[in-house]
Amino acid sequence: MKNGRFGVHGGQYIPETLMNAVIELEKAYHHYKEDVEFTLELEDLLKNYAGRPSLLYHAKKMTEDLGGAKIYLKREDLNHTGSHKINNVLGQVLLAKKMGKTRVIAETGAGQHGVATATAAALLGLECEIFMGKEDTERQALNVYRMELLGAKVHTVTSGTQTLKDAVNETLREWTKRVEDTHYVLGSVMGPHPFPMIVRDFQNIIGKEVKEQLLEKEGRLPDALLACVGGGSNAMGLFYEFIPDTKVRLIGCEAAGLGVDTDKTAATMSTGSMGIFHGMKSYFCQDEYGQIAPVYSISAGLDYPGIGPEHANLHDTGRAEYVPVTDQEAVDAFEYLARMEGIIPAIESAHAVAYARILAPTMGKDQIIVINLSGRGDKDVAAIARYRGVQLYE
Amino acid sequence: MNKISSVFQDKKAFIPFVTAGDPSLAITKELVLSMAKAGADLIELGIPFSDPVAEGPVIQEADYRALAGGVTTDKIFAMVEELRKECRIPIAFMTYINPIYTYGVEVFMANCRTAQVDAIIVPDMPYEEKEEIKPLCDQYGITIISMIAPTSKERIHRIAKEAEGFLYCVSSMGVTGVRSELGSSADAMIAQVREVTKIPCAIGFGISTPEQAKAMAEIADGVIVGSAIVRLVGEHGEACVPYVTDYVRRMKEACNQCQ
Repeated sequence: MKNGRFGVHGGQYIPETLMNAVIELEKAYHHYKEDVEFTLELEDLLKNYAGRPSLLYHAKKMTEDLGGAKIYLKREDLNHTGSHKINNVLGQVLLAKKMGKTRVIAETGAGQHGVATATAAALLGLECEIFMGKEDTERQALNVYRMELLGAKVHTVTSGTQTLKDAVNETLREWTKRVEDTHYVLGSVMGPHPFPMIVRDFQNIIGKEVKEQLLEKEGRLPDALLACVGGGSNAMGLFYEFIPDTKVRLIGCEAAGLGVDTDKTAATMSTGSMGIFHGMKSYFCQDEYGQIAPVYSISAGLDYPGIGPEHANLHDTGRAEYVPVTDQEAVDAFEYLARMEGIIPAIESAHAVAYARILAPTMGKDQIIVINLSGRGDKDVAAIARYRGVQLYE
Repeated sequence: MNKISSVFQDKKAFIPFVTAGDPSLAITKELVLSMAKAGADLIELGIPFSDPVAEGPVIQEADYRALAGGVTTDKIFAMVEELRKECRIPIAFMTYINPIYTYGVEVFMANCRTAQVDAIIVPDMPYEEKEEIKPLCDQYGITIISMIAPTSKERIHRIAKEAEGFLYCVSSMGVTGVRSELGSSADAMIAQVREVTKIPCAIGFGISTPEQAKAMAEIADGVIVGSAIVRLVGEHGEACVPYVTDYVRRMKEACNQCQ
């Protein structure tokens, strides 16, 4: 047990059929990460296509309103395709192309990762198929059409709970059927090694930029970093650069759904236990027999019963904290940020905004919080209207 | 030679798979007893999992049915213990790593020994991760069945050298389920195994007809059939036993034809 461990977590628990594919991927990744041409190509795509660096915005009104720590928003919502997902996807699809793959497949929950993958595949000329749970295709119907517009084929997954975890199952199954010419663009810091490492490295640009931007604006490091966590890619992207800076608090905000004391929750750290699933040892929502629990959150992107293995280790070592945020708190924060700053956050990112509303007032005015605004909320407007009982006619 | 390897002595083994608890544990017990009488040489018994990523739709559905019926790992152990009063056919559990890990590897293996379960097949535990359970399997005398696939290539030698009981050869790419055409890689895979070890090889994934069973038995030491049987169980429910028994008899005959 040595491959891709974060403490005891991680590993490569996948069918034998896929083992050579992940071994080949790891080799290719280590090769291209040192390759000047690859690095320049990716930098060019991130800058001139995705629109990086993303802004670090001082939320003055929110800061004044909460009356505590100074709040900055890392505006990943302004990236092309509307979320941080593009950072990882451009890296992986470019890597797949260099490896000679002609087809990419991916799972998606809210649709952000699927849209980003379809986008990169269109740009780089690869065939693309996306797997999405039936429940998610309904709550995120616009994103399904968006992916199709981009030339991707969208498969509706009807097995199991018909959400993100089942989309991952189906994408893994598809990969075992056709692995030779196909790369699985995993969307989060999860799955078998080397995915948690690759996705973290491609998302690491978020934290690197934050550090640079904040040093320029404030001449110092932040006191706390806040990000929502499902699988945990935007959080890992923000946190990783700051892990050695032990005075910076790293706080992951989990989707508590209707509450951690109910069975309608997706808060893995608060309610889960150690297990091995989707290729990795980590924490999972499950019963005493290791059956994965049906989870729930208003946010399709956080509606996942596990969390990436590096987060599990940051939790074990106490380096990062993980807090539950309910649907209600997230929806309130969604509306709060819209009215306060004129920014509509993704319902996923609204979980981090919600916790900032609790945390900031307890901190001093000389302290700084950075919230990762991982995505924009256009995709969620209809669902929030429904949550509030508003009928929309299009 | 352990109890599992001896199954392959002087004959082509037929290995049927059923999901425990589909449609009920009482029927599963009956199925095992009558499949043994119909000529099965080893029974693969699936412990259902909520998210069986190596399975096609037929076995996925069986897992959901069994779990919805309230089956648990404890109840399956109890059923096998009961079964053991009547039948000594070798049994291998087929399940995923999480049900074993979460149950507690040591308790799981100790219970396997008590229920006289001989082996364990874990499709999401490749060679690299088998240390997760191997020390406790060894301690309790439970054989781990290793798998090789058409993509294994240079990995085959390493896996085969350390394999115990028999080697599970995945016939073709993809998940479990009936296929009209089986991959053509089994022959070459088994030839590669033979370069390093004499361990028996059984081919699984996709096999459903007696013709396919015969063809696979020509090149391997045994034939594993899952989805075709689970589909009969799904179609006939509580009344499935005679249909499955008849099918197993015909498949075993097909295996015997190539001796």
